Amino acid sequence: MSSQLDPQTREDLVNPKDRSFTQRLATAADWRSAILIPFLAVLSALIIGLVIIILTGSSFAEAMNAYLALLQGSVGSLRAISETLTAATPLILAGLSVALAFRAGLFNIGGEGQALIGGMFAVWVGFSITGLPFFIHLPLAIIAGIVGGAIWGFIPGILKAKTGAHEVITTIMLNYIALRLVDFLLKTSIFQREGRNDPVSKNIEVSAEYPTLLTGIDSAMRVHAGLFVALGAAFLIYWLLFRTTIGFEFRAVGANPSAARYAGISVTKVYILVMLIAGALAGTAGAGQVLGVLGRTTPGFTADLGFDGIAVALLGRSNPWGVVAAAILFGGLRAGGQQMQVSANVGIDLISVIQALIILFVAAPALISAIYRLKTPVASAQISKGWGS
Amino acid sequence: MELELRGITKAFPGVLANDDVSLTARSGQVLALIGENGAGKSTLMNILSGIYRPDSGEIVLNGVVQKFNDPGEAIKAGIGMVHQHFMLVPVFTVAENVVLGVEPTVFGNVLNTKKANKEVEEISQKYGLAVDPKAKIEDLAVGIQQRVEIIKVLLRGAKILVFDEPTAVLTPQEVIEFFGIVAELKSRGATIIFITHKLKEALAIADSITVLRGGRVVGHADPKTATQEELASMMVGREIDLTVDKTPAKPGAPVLTMSSVTMTDDFGRDLLDNINLEVRAGEIVGVAGIQGNGQTELIEAITGLLPIAKGSIKLKDVDITGFKPRQIHRDGVAHVPEDRNEMGMIGSFTVAENLVLDSYYSQPYSRGLRLQSASIDESARTLVKDYDVRPAHIENMASTLSGGNAQKMIVAREFSRDVPLVLCAQPTRGIDVGSIEYIHEQIVRKRDEGIAILVVSTELDEIFALSDRIVVMFDGKIVATLNASETNPTEVGLYMAGKNS
Repeated sequence: MSSQLDPQTREDLVNPKDRSFTQRLATAADWRSAILIPFLAVLSALIIGLVIIILTGSSFAEAMNAYLALLQGSVGSLRAISETLTAATPLILAGLSVALAFRAGLFNIGGEGQALIGGMFAVWVGFSITGLPFFIHLPLAIIAGIVGGAIWGFIPGILKAKTGAHEVITTIMLNYIALRLVDFLLKTSIFQREGRNDPVSKNIEVSAEYPTLLTGIDSAMRVHAGLFVALGAAFLIYWLLFRTTIGFEFRAVGANPSAARYAGISVTKVYILVMLIAGALAGTAGAGQVLGVLGRTTPGFTADLGFDGIAVALLGRSNPWGVVAAAILFGGLRAGGQQMQVSANVGIDLISVIQALIILFVAAPALISAIYRLKTPVASAQISKGWGS
Repeated sequence: MELELRGITKAFPGVLANDDVSLTARSGQVLALIGENGAGKSTLMNILSGIYRPDSGEIVLNGVVQKFNDPGEAIKAGIGMVHQHFMLVPVFTVAENVVLGVEPTVFGNVLNTKKANKEVEEISQKYGLAVDPKAKIEDLAVGIQQRVEIIKVLLRGAKILVFDEPTAVLTPQEVIEFFGIVAELKSRGATIIFITHKLKEALAIADSITVLRGGRVVGHADPKTATQEELASMMVGREIDLTVDKTPAKPGAPVLTMSSVTMTDDFGRDLLDNINLEVRAGEIVGVAGIQGNGQTELIEAITGLLPIAKGSIKLKDVDITGFKPRQIHRDGVAHVPEDRNEMGMIGSFTVAENLVLDSYYSQPYSRGLRLQSASIDESARTLVKDYDVRPAHIENMASTLSGGNAQKMIVAREFSRDVPLVLCAQPTRGIDVGSIEYIHEQIVRKRDEGIAILVVSTELDEIFALSDRIVVMFDGKIVATLNASETNPTEVGLYMAGKNS
């Protein structure tokens, strides 16, 4: 029995010309994992979301109406876009925090705690200092947020570097500590607003607020200058990761720690630095919510920002610009979800379900490949080292 | 049992792994299957053992066409694989390992240890495979562990035994014992397929030899008449010179001086025990020894990757004891690490990035914090050309390179640095003959430039091909220092096994 392949195909397979076959394959796989898979994941999640709406007693027309409301609420008007960007702003920063850690092989689940501490630092600077012009007060408050988050990121970093404690465990524990620490602090006289018995902080000074961008057109438009800080951070992280020696070290440690060690890179130093920066990013996200949206802090004021950051980083494939795109998508879902709840009477909880489904599909690319019968296997994104490492 | 493969073809995306492969293995004979990495040997064996299904072609046993849907069916049909990497549970006894999966039980599911021990004893006596059924695997030497693997397949009724690189992990003495076992199996009518890239062993043990290249059978050879050079040329497809051309060394001043170096592990056991070693400019010192006798620790001590407990290490006149790895590396030690994929490179980085893996922080590859990608790319383009890394696309991921080309990339990175000492650990492990030839030439060229070179290898052929002086390591100690011209593989092999020490 002879080969089923004609001689030319065989020749091409055995002796690939010019750019190697595997090279072309690799490029194709990159495109798939970076764009096609996330796109199909979103599509699949939306379809399943539709089924869920129908299963809960709506007609197909009503379900489509709900999605129309979702679309209108996210991009249907300038006000909708403003809401989308307002929701996306902290998600960009929280997503960058997780993405940066992923790149260095660390799983930062502590974004929530880091954002809480960053927010508390920012609110304190925001209300306790008075009489400063905004161009000094606002940066001071942002820096306070950065420092607060960095401290909360530094702790798991140094614990991992010095004792080998797994960052997943320590960051989760630090989330609890931060959550309860905020509860406690809001009841102290330093933070608690005069005349209140419930845990609410004082309001920040106007000079510490992020300027709003579109209130000139419509006073209800909440999008604020924190968006530029978030985009600037995305640019900075991209530059750091791919254009600097520090980023080279981060990526080397993330991709192969023993090769990094061989190359003379201090793996422990990288762990500390990465967690410090990741914490700073999450802290900036928390501070941004305080300075741009809330104006004060309450228990759990970050509203699961740190966890949504994990989802954003996964969908964005830990690429800073991917993170920006994923954050805007999730911001849109959040903003549109409000509209959907009001005008189509479909609960906003559905948005959480859709988000969770997206992440499920992104985390299991083989599933997407199977559903859509993609030919070449898609490499699963390695997000972090195992527990034992 | 006679095994015949007829026109086996198997394609993977981008690779035609087996292309119309036909071969015959007869009862009571040894068929050696030789070929370079990527020649299709592993694919063929995976087809034979039921892991892959061929796209076309037939497996025929005693004239009956077989269809294996899973490995279990291949085992049932009488095909037994002895893998290069043993699949044994270290904390289980020999008998427990042997019966794993086919355990004799009493009362439904209670392991019948007595029966298991007896079964193992029967087979070990029948085939002359001396093993204590009650011994724990982790306490056994590698050669004995291999016997356990053989007993495992025999217990499952294997008539055709496939050995995948069986001698790779054995000492020279164990290899001789292994050949004895093969002869015994042969005399009892077993069909044996011996996959190897060691031509000398194929010639010594086989009754017939089949050569694979690029997924195709490129020839057969008669071990009685064929030479190593002929086989190598068939494997590679061009003339191959297996001997390394080199003139006698002209050793200069000492470059590396290790005095009484001792390294201990966390439990206080000696990993390196009072090592005294000198490598001079312009000479190649080969470190022979079986894997795991302190060679890894020796290299990591010199490079500063592991701290030493006692003693001193000098590079030229500078005491580098306790220096950080980066400092040692920058001050003069190039290092081709023993584990290419785990240590030597980052698969998901480009070739260009890998070529600056340990120098990215220095001029001209970076200025301040900023990487200078233009300089990095320019240097990379020169290096892939100079060191014949193929394909020469510096933007390719390193993981897309073949083993030989990946190793050439690492050699390019390390050899292109202007430093007085080069450490090469297992410089040609698992790579093709053409790349071995090339890398050996580069090592000798480097020596002739007056560089001090330390080569660690578990392959005696490689040690003898390259070394001017040979030191033998056993159990963390240097047990012999010999002039390459005044010793022979048998003597070195004895030292490697711990005799005379």
